[in-house]
Amino acid sequence: MKLAFELETYKSEVKPTWCPGCGDFAVLNALQHALTELQLEPWNVLLVSGIGCSSNLPQFLSTYGFHAIHGRAVAVAEGAKLANPDLHVIVTGGDGDGYGIGVGHFIHAMRRNLDLTYIVMNNEIYGLTTGQASPTSEMGMKTKSTPIAGVIENPIDPIALALSSGATYVARAFSGDVKQMSELVAKGIEHHGFSLIDALSPCVTYNKINTYEFFRKRVYDLNKEGHDAGDLKAAFLKALEWPVVQRDRIPLGLFYRNDKVPTYEDLEPAYKKGNPVKQPLGVADADEILKEFL
Amino acid sequence: MSLPEIVFRVGGAAGDGVSSTAESFAKMCSRSGLHVWTYSSYQSVIRGGHVWTQVRGSPEPVLSHGTVPNVLVCLNQQTMDVHQGDILAGGAIVYDSDLVKPDPSRVAKGVRLLGMSLRKLAQTITPNAIVRNTVALGAAVRLYEIDFRHVESAFQDIWGDKKPEIVEQNVRAAKLGADAVDRAGGSLHLGVPFPEEPRYLMTGNEAVALGALAAGVRFHAQYPMTPASSILHWMAAHGPAHGVVVKQVEDELAAMNMAIGAGHAGVRSMVATSGGGFCLMVEAIGQAGMTETPLVAVVVQRGGPSTGLPTKTEQGDLNLVLGAGQGDWPRGILAPRHTQECFDLTAKAFNLAEVYQTPIVLLSDLYLGEGFRTVDKLDFNVPIVRGLTAADGGAIQGRFKRYAYTDSGVSPRAFPGTRGYQFVAATDEHMENGELISDVLAGLPEFVEERRKMHEKRMRKLVGLRKDMPPPELWGSANADLTLIHWGSTWGPAHEAILHVEEEDGVHVNSLEFPTLFPFHADETLRILKGVKRTLSIEGNYTGQFARLLRAETGYQPTFSFPKYDGEPFTWREIADKILEVVA
Repeated sequence: MKLAFELETYKSEVKPTWCPGCGDFAVLNALQHALTELQLEPWNVLLVSGIGCSSNLPQFLSTYGFHAIHGRAVAVAEGAKLANPDLHVIVTGGDGDGYGIGVGHFIHAMRRNLDLTYIVMNNEIYGLTTGQASPTSEMGMKTKSTPIAGVIENPIDPIALALSSGATYVARAFSGDVKQMSELVAKGIEHHGFSLIDALSPCVTYNKINTYEFFRKRVYDLNKEGHDAGDLKAAFLKALEWPVVQRDRIPLGLFYRNDKVPTYEDLEPAYKKGNPVKQPLGVADADEILKEFL
Repeated sequence: MSLPEIVFRVGGAAGDGVSSTAESFAKMCSRSGLHVWTYSSYQSVIRGGHVWTQVRGSPEPVLSHGTVPNVLVCLNQQTMDVHQGDILAGGAIVYDSDLVKPDPSRVAKGVRLLGMSLRKLAQTITPNAIVRNTVALGAAVRLYEIDFRHVESAFQDIWGDKKPEIVEQNVRAAKLGADAVDRAGGSLHLGVPFPEEPRYLMTGNEAVALGALAAGVRFHAQYPMTPASSILHWMAAHGPAHGVVVKQVEDELAAMNMAIGAGHAGVRSMVATSGGGFCLMVEAIGQAGMTETPLVAVVVQRGGPSTGLPTKTEQGDLNLVLGAGQGDWPRGILAPRHTQECFDLTAKAFNLAEVYQTPIVLLSDLYLGEGFRTVDKLDFNVPIVRGLTAADGGAIQGRFKRYAYTDSGVSPRAFPGTRGYQFVAATDEHMENGELISDVLAGLPEFVEERRKMHEKRMRKLVGLRKDMPPPELWGSANADLTLIHWGSTWGPAHEAILHVEEEDGVHVNSLEFPTLFPFHADETLRILKGVKRTLSIEGNYTGQFARLLRAETGYQPTFSFPKYDGEPFTWREIADKILEVVA
């Protein structure tokens, strides 16, 4: 069967400006595969990003896009999704963008369980600003902004944070495995509710610790080890395996999925009138509205 | 101004129910056909402090909350201590004689002191202590000779649906107050005529919400902040039934960014806040300018800087909204002068925002936003103009030129979901098709030119925007000795001051006022200023932020200035005194 939309359909004429070998190429590739698999109409997809190397991603796709400011991509995406719930809204960004400056919006979007997909390209460093510590940098990591004692703060644990904030689809992928990443992204987009895909995406220029080799030695597929993604408690235990508690085994795959939680859109009272962007403007019953003021 | 009028003041501690008592009273006045204007003075506490509200009602249009009251209700001693000297002969002070004692040496002769055991009277009906306010309210209603049926109908509207027994109790309590007045000599015989044709009563904030609804707002995001919160409250209660998504969000950054996302997706989108919240929104508002996303931002000013005077009024945020966001980007700033204009200009702001694809700021303040005023019936049949959309853009080859260079600076926009018009809106500098100039192209000769052209394209919007925004107005006598210059909520007290000095002192004054603050109507302003003699600039801030803008845009320096920054609104008397001082 010929597909209506080939992989090429989703590519734009704009070529990525990432460093050769950057993990973000794999994320772009995985996202294109996921969109192709799902056969989403490019004009019904809105990609929203913030600032940073990873946040250039919408430019390289032929969908609608919004390249926003640092840390606010999730908020822009929420507004767009609430205004037009028929859109497939996907947010892309980096660890600084989402887990640092934007962490407040991240947590609140998850507790709302809005039907958004958030792909965080987590390279544990600030790349575009040339190599400062990020919220996911390991303890002890020496960077331009932590040159003496290294990082002396605990890293954020995005998986545990997502589980505790109400995300209903929580997964981790790795740029060294595009196939698994595309599957996790595709299922995340399909999922009715907030999905987080924490994508381990090595920065080959500024992060000399968390390299492809570093991850290849440590990653394993937790779903192949029999993890039950319907069990929140088990998901928390798996989340604790990395990065906060220990460094040696890094689980990849689907930590948690719950399809029974109503989404924000399911509960939003304004949607009784239909999709807001499709509503005619103007008010028919002005007298009724004005009554309370008389 | 010649007819007798009601000036009612009630005071107590926060938690005593002062504002709801005053609101009920204001409703009774508007239902009996009076024009009404209220002002509430309060502090940022839940219990305690000194809270008072003044309700002015007149068969003729009113322009401010007035000066001294003819009836004062004291629910605590502090109210008596602070206000007893204000009442003029012929008026009355109703007070809770269980708690409050007047100082007759401070009360003018001919003021009736009506001590009542408000609490004990209320307790004959219900143990609910707050009902003592209703006893006092009933007394005031009788003192002014307001038809008692308005008391019943007001209570019916407040509690009727849910608790009919509460309506009955309060009506009885009000009767007790009225009877007590009858026993103590009856009404004040002020002779206020009641037209008995009900009038619409609302706050400026409610009028903003109604204007937005009329204009078709479909997304409203807000973080609570005095004095803008009642916009959120009204919207949250009423918006969803009209298809409006109303979000109380985690912070103002979220509010502004969500509104941008919603505007980008194609709905009419709004945020509301006060200066402190707008400070946070400043991070993102330039993003709307750069991505050419329409939105309406309402800033209801309070005393600043920082958290300042949360419950007091000021006009101190003009510099903030003029300078909001880094770099240059086209914006519009409107400043409603009165409640009707809160409705009109909000509705207009949505058209301007969409036609010019840029943020429009509506600058209101606490005095206007929170004060209840009567308005004529609002006409919801407002024009809706959505501007250029992709359907007008023609066939698309390659990437849609969302930011196409045009003479007007306005390029056709496409809503996500529209087939074939995919583009990326970018907050970095970009080309006509949205592709970034910033990454690897900035500085290359061809792209230096692109940046210049794109920037000029956006800024060209200011020409059309200025033309479509309401011009300055000269109000009053043609040949005045003095011209007042002011903006925003100072309108009412300024006009009332002018009417007084013209009638009582024979001084001819007119008024130059600015519903649009930016882009500035410099040519029209200069044309008007050429025809005036001396000017007095009146502003609710220390440095004269508007006078500075006027000087920057026209080179004109007002002859006199009258700044006020104590947190209280201008009264007509203060302005009249200043006029008399400068013309002397």
